[in-house]
Amino acid sequence: MPSIVKPAIAHPSLARNEIGLTVRDYEGAMSTLCAGCGHDSITAAIVRALFELSLPPHQIAKLSGIGCSSKTPTYFVNGAHGFNSAHGRMPPIATGASAANRALTYIGISGDGDSLSIGMGHLCHAMRRNLKMLYVIENNGVYGLTKGQFSASSDVGSKSKKGEANTMSPIDPVLLGLSIGATFVARAFSGDKEQLVPILKAALSHRGFALVDVISPCVTFNDHVGSTKSYKSTRERLMAATESDFVPHASEILADIAPVGVTNVMMHDGSVLRFTRLPKDYDVTDREKAFAYLKAHPNEVVTGVLFTDESVIDMHEANHTPDVPLVSLPYEVLCPGSAQLAELMEEFR
Amino acid sequence: MNPTDTGNPDYFHKVVDCQWACPAHTNVPEYIRLIAQGRYTDAYMLNRESNVFPGILGRTCDRPCEPACRRGRLDGKPVAICRLKRVAADLKDDITDLLPPIPVTKNGKRIALIGAGPASLTVANDLMPLGYAVTIFEKSPIPGGLMRTNIPSFRLPEKVLNGEIDSILNMGAEIRYDSPVESMGALLAQSFDAVFVGSGAPRGKDLELPGRADSDRIHIGIDWLGSVAFAHTDKIGERVLIIGVGNTAMDCCRSSRRLGGKDIKVMARRPRAYFKASPWELDDAEEEGVEIVINHAPKRFIIEDGKLTGMEFEQLEWDESASKSKVTGTVILPCDDVILAIGQDNAFPWIERDLGIEFDKWEMPAVNKVTFESSRAGVFFGGDAAWGPKNIIWAVEHGHQAAISIHNYCQSEATSTRPVFGKNLISQKMGMSEWSYHNDYNPAHRQKMQHVDLVKRFEELDIEVELGFSAEQTAREVQRCLNCDVQTDFTAVKCIECDACIDICPLSCLTIAPDAPEEVLRKRLSAPAIHPDQALYASLPLPQTGRLMLKDEDLCVHCGLCAERCPTAAWDMQKFELVIPYAGQPQNGLVAAV
Ligand SMILES: Cc1cc2nc3c(=O)[nH]c(=O)nc-3n(C[C@H](O)[C@H](O)[C@H](O)COP(=O)(O)OP(=O)(O)OC[C@H]3O[C@@H](n4cnc5c(N)ncnc54)[C@H](O)[C@@H]3O)c2cc1C
Ligand SMILES: Cc1ncc(C[n+]2csc(CCOP(=O)(O)OP(=O)(O)O)c2C)c(N)n1
Ligand code: SF4
Ligand code: SF4
Ligand code: SF4
Ligand SMILES: [Mg+2]
Repeated sequence: MPSIVKPAIAHPSLARNEIGLTVRDYEGAMSTLCAGCGHDSITAAIVRALFELSLPPHQIAKLSGIGCSSKTPTYFVNGAHGFNSAHGRMPPIATGASAANRALTYIGISGDGDSLSIGMGHLCHAMRRNLKMLYVIENNGVYGLTKGQFSASSDVGSKSKKGEANTMSPIDPVLLGLSIGATFVARAFSGDKEQLVPILKAALSHRGFALVDVISPCVTFNDHVGSTKSYKSTRERLMAATESDFVPHASEILADIAPVGVTNVMMHDGSVLRFTRLPKDYDVTDREKAFAYLKAHPNEVVTGVLFTDESVIDMHEANHTPDVPLVSLPYEVLCPGSAQLAELMEEFR
Repeated sequence: MNPTDTGNPDYFHKVVDCQWACPAHTNVPEYIRLIAQGRYTDAYMLNRESNVFPGILGRTCDRPCEPACRRGRLDGKPVAICRLKRVAADLKDDITDLLPPIPVTKNGKRIALIGAGPASLTVANDLMPLGYAVTIFEKSPIPGGLMRTNIPSFRLPEKVLNGEIDSILNMGAEIRYDSPVESMGALLAQSFDAVFVGSGAPRGKDLELPGRADSDRIHIGIDWLGSVAFAHTDKIGERVLIIGVGNTAMDCCRSSRRLGGKDIKVMARRPRAYFKASPWELDDAEEEGVEIVINHAPKRFIIEDGKLTGMEFEQLEWDESASKSKVTGTVILPCDDVILAIGQDNAFPWIERDLGIEFDKWEMPAVNKVTFESSRAGVFFGGDAAWGPKNIIWAVEHGHQAAISIHNYCQSEATSTRPVFGKNLISQKMGMSEWSYHNDYNPAHRQKMQHVDLVKRFEELDIEVELGFSAEQTAREVQRCLNCDVQTDFTAVKCIECDACIDICPLSCLTIAPDAPEEVLRKRLSAPAIHPDQALYASLPLPQTGRLMLKDEDLCVHCGLCAERCPTAAWDMQKFELVIPYAGQPQNGLVAAV
């Protein structure tokens, strides 16, 4: 535990966003994670992204399962709604919450253990439904909270703190997302906010389910020599497939004079995700090519927004749900009464 | 940009804004912590080391530390550093046993000090413990210089003044009262080993206007205050005009208020923004009903039947920068007395011009800025005598430096050989998230000094107006200090670039960025630098990416969170102690020639 709460005093030149808040207004409680944990850095990136998007805190819902990563929603946006669910069960809770109130911005925070072991089935179905949410996997290759056992994302040969090598092949959440049909898939590194913040902003503006796998070193159990998820190893193997720049709907877009190699993807809300392809063969809108590209670079940590498709309808569109949160429906509409129910039942006879 | 050399004591010293701004480099944050712990005597002794007169200065210091204080840049009001100094002085125990021992066997060197003001007294304070025989020649019947004769007792009680002067005189300095030095030549003939001139700037400026010579009710401020201090003057007319708006004017108007003055006007030529007086002195004068009149230039004294009846002024209108004015009219203000408080000059009629002590065309002695030596070897100047009127804390610092020179001179060491500042750095870490100091930021507001009520304070001339801080006020004010001496110390090789420090810093002080020239980096910080005079720290290249760790020192509240959240202890909070060299304390042989 830190000795003190972060003092409220801030730098006088802190900017205010469109709704008059400073970045400090998006902070949460003091983190109780280990000093230097990558998860804290992701928290800071989320704070920045939400601030830059001017999202009103009370319109945000933060959800998580169990793990060090799953503790982090407490550490951002004090003024938001939150639900800390059981291990691996955050996606169904998010699905239910979104079904009831589609007006909120849903942010799910999970870990590699939470998402790729106990909760993997739930994750897959949330992707299938194209549930509109930002889903962050804070991926450190271990179960941090339970003291560093290998997780399902651990690479073959990666060594535990005691020197034992992992033998089971890893599940790569990005490949998983691409194969299941996820409509926004990205990877980033907690140690590079210049890349992470725009990716989070784009993910928050995506039409459906946005999966962001963030390599997030566990300083306590997985930052040693021989680990493939340490700060050092990750930095050495980082390879950006795309460089993205997020241009929100509201801000003026200055005409680009034939910028060679730039792809603009219009988000559902009218925002623009602007890509610069780094490797010349990379195509962010082609699922098969993205998959192949990742398969061709097994030893690099390929980062960037790796795939996006804004044409797929989300869960609400697919299910023709009301346009407004259920709480704002008049009671008679929400609950049409027993006569209506009887009529409905009649249809099934 | 080049990596910062934190090995140079100046770097961390500058971070302690108050200490850097203090002419004597008083260790403010350390004494504030001692006060917070109730260790008043220790706080007093720490002060005494550098500023010699904590009780006097805790009431009267010009406080250059306060406008410099970092807290002022955060919430607009600096820590009440000066008031806290007074707390230590008021609550200390007997310090006799804590003063340096005076050798019984002297070192055989005799030093003459001219004047018993703060400059000379500091020289005596520094030289007596080294075994020098010191003789002070003082024109007046009592010691203290302008602190005694000009600073009124309602600001500086006699008891406080006596106590601190006695602690020096009791070291065994010989003092000869009523002994003006009337011939420097004669004094030099007495074969002292060195002479220090601390005679101040004793001549108040006069105002040669029509009528000046025709009345005895026109007074020169510093002389008039002196005659009040010696009780030669105990009343003044009801209507008083004070000419000038510096600190002397403030003491004149407030003294007049206590000697019968009812309608007192301080007459200023320029607008308020250009006043010389400290803002708090202006406030205190106005609180006592003194009127401050701006944009009036004195024209003539009006004498009717040999009696002063008023003064005529030109009314001025100034341009925006108050550099040019035009006269818009004249006005006559009736009065019974006029006090001229328009400045002081040096005067050395008693120094013969053929002694090898050079004077410039303004009749000021040629004095070396570092050694305080005149053009005649073995004759030193300090305090107001050196370069004209300043203040007590400067006089003290001059005294320290002159004492170093005198000691060198007497030990056949070049006076230009100066001992340099040293430093100590000690980690304040006590445990995982535990520091030896109070690291939280306290949002308390600056405490306001309480004053004796407006009827009672005028009953006697020597009722001290400021009551001092109450225990509660002290407890609150000490927590406003940001412990700027507890430095953020960085070791680049340990950094793994996890960003934890950057993310946690409440004041956005920290940035990791690729190397670039300093001007460029200053614009790329987590929060762009807003005070270019504040240092930007740059580390060596970081091991994993070669980028630099940068810290804008400007608004750091020394909360220690960066160090707490650092997994590798690359950041640590280390208490910086500036080791200030005084006469006779060589710093491990470290010397710098000038
Ligand atoms: C009205 C007034 C108010 C002030 N208020 C403040 C204040 O609140 N805070 C502050 O910091 N400063 C204040 N100052 C300034 C401060 O008092 C001086 O800067 C300081 O006292 C200078 O110290 P000094 O030792 O150089 O000389 P002084 O204090 O002037 O002492 C010089 C001594 O030398 C003696 N002397 C002079 N000539 C001879 C001679 N030929 N032989 C023997 N003795 C001689 C004098 O009698 C005197 O005692 C004030 C000044 C004035 C005029
Ligand atoms: C149902 C259930 N099974 C097992 C656990 C024990 N457990 C707690 S956290 C955790 C794994 C967390 O790993 P991850 O999601 O990667 O989070 P990290 O701590 O690494 O951020 C496990 C297995 C549990 N809390 N609940
Ligand atoms: S155990 Fe690992 S994952 Fe958990 S807080 Fe510590 S560093 Fe972070
Ligand atoms: S906050 Fe304290 S240490 Fe810092 S400048 Fe002010 S008085 Fe000095
Ligand atoms: S001590 Fe560290 S965290 Fe605190 S304000 Fe200073 S740089 Fe920032
Ligand atoms: Mg994990």
